[in-house]
Amino acid sequence: MQFSEEWLRSMVDPSLGTDELAHLLTMSGLEVEECVPAGPTFSGVVVGEVVAAQPHPNADRLKVCEVNAGGERVNVVCGAPNVVIGMKVPFARIGAVLPPQDGKPLEIRRATMRGVESEGMLCSARELGLSDDHSGLLALLPETQPGTDVRDVLALDDRIFTIKLTPNRADCLSVLGIAREVAALTGSPLNAPTPPAVKATTADVYPVRITDSAGCGRFAGRVIRGVNAKASTPDWMKRRLERAGQRSISALVDVTNYVMLELGRPLHVYDLDKLRGPIDVRFGRKGEKVLLLNEQTVELDTDVLAITDDSGPIGLAGIMGGESTKADLDTRNVLLEAAFFFPDAIAGRARRYNFSSDASHRFERGVDFDNNVAGIERATQLILDICGGQPGPVSDNVAQLPERKPVAMRVERARRIIGIPLSADEMGGAFARLGLSLVRESERFVVTPPSFRFDLEIEEDLIEEVARVHGFDRIPVQPPKAPAIMRSRPERQRSLHAIRAALAAADYHEVINYAFVDEQWERDLAGNADPIRVRNPIASQLAVMRSQLAGGLLANVQHNLNRKVPRIRVFEVGRVFRRSAAVADGPLAVGGIDQPMRVGGAAFGPALEEQWGVAGRPVDFYDVKADVEALLAPRVARFEPEPLPALHPGRAAKVTVDGRAAGWIGELHPEWQRKFDLPGPVILFELDATLLQEVPLPVYQPVSRFPAVLRDLAVVVDDHVPAGLMLEALQAALPAVVESVQVFDLYRGKGVENGKKSLAFRVLLQDTQKTLTDAEVDATMTLALSIIQQRFGGNLRQ
Amino acid sequence: MTPDLEAIVAEAEAAFAATADPATLEQVKARYLGKTGVIPELLKGLGKLDPEARRDAGARINAAKARIEAALDARREAIARDAMNARLREEALDVTLPGRGRGRGSIHPVIRTWQRIEEIFGSIGFDVADGPEIETDWYNFTALNNPLNHPARSMQDTFYVEGTDSEGLPLLLRTHTSPMQVRYARMHEPPIKVIAPGRTYRVDSDATHSPMFHQVEGLWIDENISFADLKGVYTDFLHRFFETDELAVRFRPSFFPFTEPSAEIDMKFDSGPLEGRWLEISGAGQVHPKVIRNFGLDPERWIGFAFGSGLERLTMLRYGIDDLRLFFDGDLRFLRQFA
Repeated sequence: MQFSEEWLRSMVDPSLGTDELAHLLTMSGLEVEECVPAGPTFSGVVVGEVVAAQPHPNADRLKVCEVNAGGERVNVVCGAPNVVIGMKVPFARIGAVLPPQDGKPLEIRRATMRGVESEGMLCSARELGLSDDHSGLLALLPETQPGTDVRDVLALDDRIFTIKLTPNRADCLSVLGIAREVAALTGSPLNAPTPPAVKATTADVYPVRITDSAGCGRFAGRVIRGVNAKASTPDWMKRRLERAGQRSISALVDVTNYVMLELGRPLHVYDLDKLRGPIDVRFGRKGEKVLLLNEQTVELDTDVLAITDDSGPIGLAGIMGGESTKADLDTRNVLLEAAFFFPDAIAGRARRYNFSSDASHRFERGVDFDNNVAGIERATQLILDICGGQPGPVSDNVAQLPERKPVAMRVERARRIIGIPLSADEMGGAFARLGLSLVRESERFVVTPPSFRFDLEIEEDLIEEVARVHGFDRIPVQPPKAPAIMRSRPERQRSLHAIRAALAAADYHEVINYAFVDEQWERDLAGNADPIRVRNPIASQLAVMRSQLAGGLLANVQHNLNRKVPRIRVFEVGRVFRRSAAVADGPLAVGGIDQPMRVGGAAFGPALEEQWGVAGRPVDFYDVKADVEALLAPRVARFEPEPLPALHPGRAAKVTVDGRAAGWIGELHPEWQRKFDLPGPVILFELDATLLQEVPLPVYQPVSRFPAVLRDLAVVVDDHVPAGLMLEALQAALPAVVESVQVFDLYRGKGVENGKKSLAFRVLLQDTQKTLTDAEVDATMTLALSIIQQRFGGNLRQ
Repeated sequence: MTPDLEAIVAEAEAAFAATADPATLEQVKARYLGKTGVIPELLKGLGKLDPEARRDAGARINAAKARIEAALDARREAIARDAMNARLREEALDVTLPGRGRGRGSIHPVIRTWQRIEEIFGSIGFDVADGPEIETDWYNFTALNNPLNHPARSMQDTFYVEGTDSEGLPLLLRTHTSPMQVRYARMHEPPIKVIAPGRTYRVDSDATHSPMFHQVEGLWIDENISFADLKGVYTDFLHRFFETDELAVRFRPSFFPFTEPSAEIDMKFDSGPLEGRWLEISGAGQVHPKVIRNFGLDPERWIGFAFGSGLERLTMLRYGIDDLRLFFDGDLRFLRQFA
């Protein structure tokens, strides 16, 4: 809602400066978003009357004018083509400061122009910064007094307020509404326009039927014949409209806009001669179409309210009129409409057709249903003043009006919600200032909301009004009192922040990527041909929901590579999204959609930052595997080869913990490495965050007091035999005295047959009850070797 | 002839001092203390003396021997010490060279804020909850007193995704963290005291809007949690978060479908680059009775407040970050600053 301060102050004029007024509005819930000067900055410019004009003795194009500047007469040299004796123009005196033309304000000095002294300057609109018009002097109205400050004449010290209105305050979508609020808050008298009833000079009444009274509650109309639609809108009205953000269009349209802004009463004006038969307000029918004033043709539906005549729909009720019956400059006879449409019949319809209008904005929020006639009278008065014409009587068709149920507010409840011991008198005072009609019972108030308020339906609505008028800033800042109950996180669970901290400690930087991604990523990297699509994406590369984190992480690698960062390690904690018939609606679930939290990472470039003490080498699978193992510790994960669309098939593994899927790790497929234009391999991983959050409670084992025995076992096996399987087999089959088995060496090459590898295991044996004998140790190692021989076809390395 | 023991001792001390390594020292030692060394030879010569003179001379020779042995020990220690010093000198490192190994990553600044908020609210007993980002229309709007066609719906531009809920309405990306109020409240008995930080989505993308961003929702429902309590809690939070009490906070009336009275919360620094400007920081209010009913609770008995704040905004104000897009670029030159 935008309006000029001058317009507002014409209805209520509290003794507050502009800034104080803006603050008052903001603090009462009408947030002043902007409050800017209406006109450019200049000074020393007054109304000058040209009383004589002589040709300049030394220049053909110039004139020497004698100017009456109110009391003084001065000579001014002027080159404007439109200067005529008697005209009133802006006159910049010596010392006047005009708006900057090329960045610097222009100060007017005494000047000699071709031998004639000029004591000031007569100005064009452009020279005053009012418009781009530089064709001649700005002609002021003949009745302006010479010597008067032009700023006053043009009301340039006015300010334009822009208020960010919340959807509940439709009553403030007019200057009257704002003025009502200011009057309530300040106690200043409200000087609301009270248009007198205009006497009918014809008996013309246009027939109107309201078929669907569930949509249209009231339809007031008036015929005015013989208007001059070409008359021009007066400057004062144009100025108020422009400062309210409305372009002047034509006198008839300007009047309807003016009344809408002044009283909050939307009007429509039809060309009477274009109407075909009686008007009927009814819901649309399938297949009906109407061409609107915005040149858009829309198709009606059965829940879209229409204004129709015998030709069919001629407008969308409460939204926009139609092209076929619009009043234009040739219109002679008009029908004015001032209707009430129910918010439910209007809400959302304009949005469905992808536009909005001043009318729909108001009707869907609620328009005063008691000012229809007043609005018509006001508009009639303005039309007669500007365009002339013979008015008929107002015909007011009332079908049904919204109920205004009394709302009760308990004093005690208000105190409990607001949290301070406000007295009943203070509460009653707030309602009185708002002009609400109320009955006070012993410990409660009963308020009947006025026709212009659509936001007073329940007790809390009234409590809010009390708090608002009392002033939110007068409610104390109160630390709440509550029972001191301890709260702690289960020891078996760590927060996602602990996981993030572990990854940051492992040299990964956290990123946050969009959850919607390029469909191509899903197809390539996740093998997902049917991702969950966004129905209204902002860009085609953000069109589907991600089912894994890898795409975003690779884009991060790419982004940083382009900025010459050689070593990139990033991680993200975020949800991924997949269709899943297994997911039902639940306390924390949406049926059909699985949206688990995942932890993903990517590493690219050198394994370590380039440094003096370590030879550089690129990061590889095992570096990142160690990070994943550390993240999962103390639980031991199982890694099994598993081809995944994103990954190099020989360098990819799925990760399981205690038989549960935990995620995956691997090297980016060379194909995608090429596609992402990356000069080296990227190691990726993605793990289930919920699983990572689980941490086992430590289980105490007695510490053995007997000496431990270390034995090594070096074997040769086929190259393709997975070391992990051998380890698992040994761990499972060896007796309890075996504390641990580890791989401590891997060798291929000289001394080992081609296609084979040598693996060395270190076995730690310890008994908690006694010292192990050599025989026991030897037997265990023999068993170990026989497992390798029988299960993996290996042999002792010679 | 009486040997000049003083001279022998002096000579031995000088000879020891002239040695630089243990082997040479041992050779020189033999010259004085070895089987055929000067001192044993002198002791052997005692036998020729009469007992009285023998005792006297013996005592003097032994005293000289003890002095030579002491000089030898001192020299041994000195040589060992020199050797150690030489070794230590040799082994000295350039301690100014950087340490070996890997570096340190960083936590995203928005997440840093998220974590701090959890800690601050945790200190007065708030639980933390998170839930689905693809939401149903009911949880995101209707349950929050924002029914279909309501003008308040156009306050937020919603992303819709494929799939429908049980009512046949399209699924959407939650436009705020407020659905978690409803989900959490339906899962717990009052008193309810929870914050729900998380990702949110709106159809908006320019220099000051990201289509994906973060909010934190707060909810406290009990029998007497009032608007004044909201002012207390949120003001306290801002003072803790920005670690200053020199911060003005104001609550002004506003509108949200799910609260009433509703407030917009503004704050103002009294120093720094943003000094003196009111900055919108949160929307809040007393939970609307319809919403309490959708929690499955009786609004006559249970009341309380809710608030929602943008994490990006809090983060930008906290660290003076001036470009929202930096949060979503993954640019390490930016992220590293939050190690």
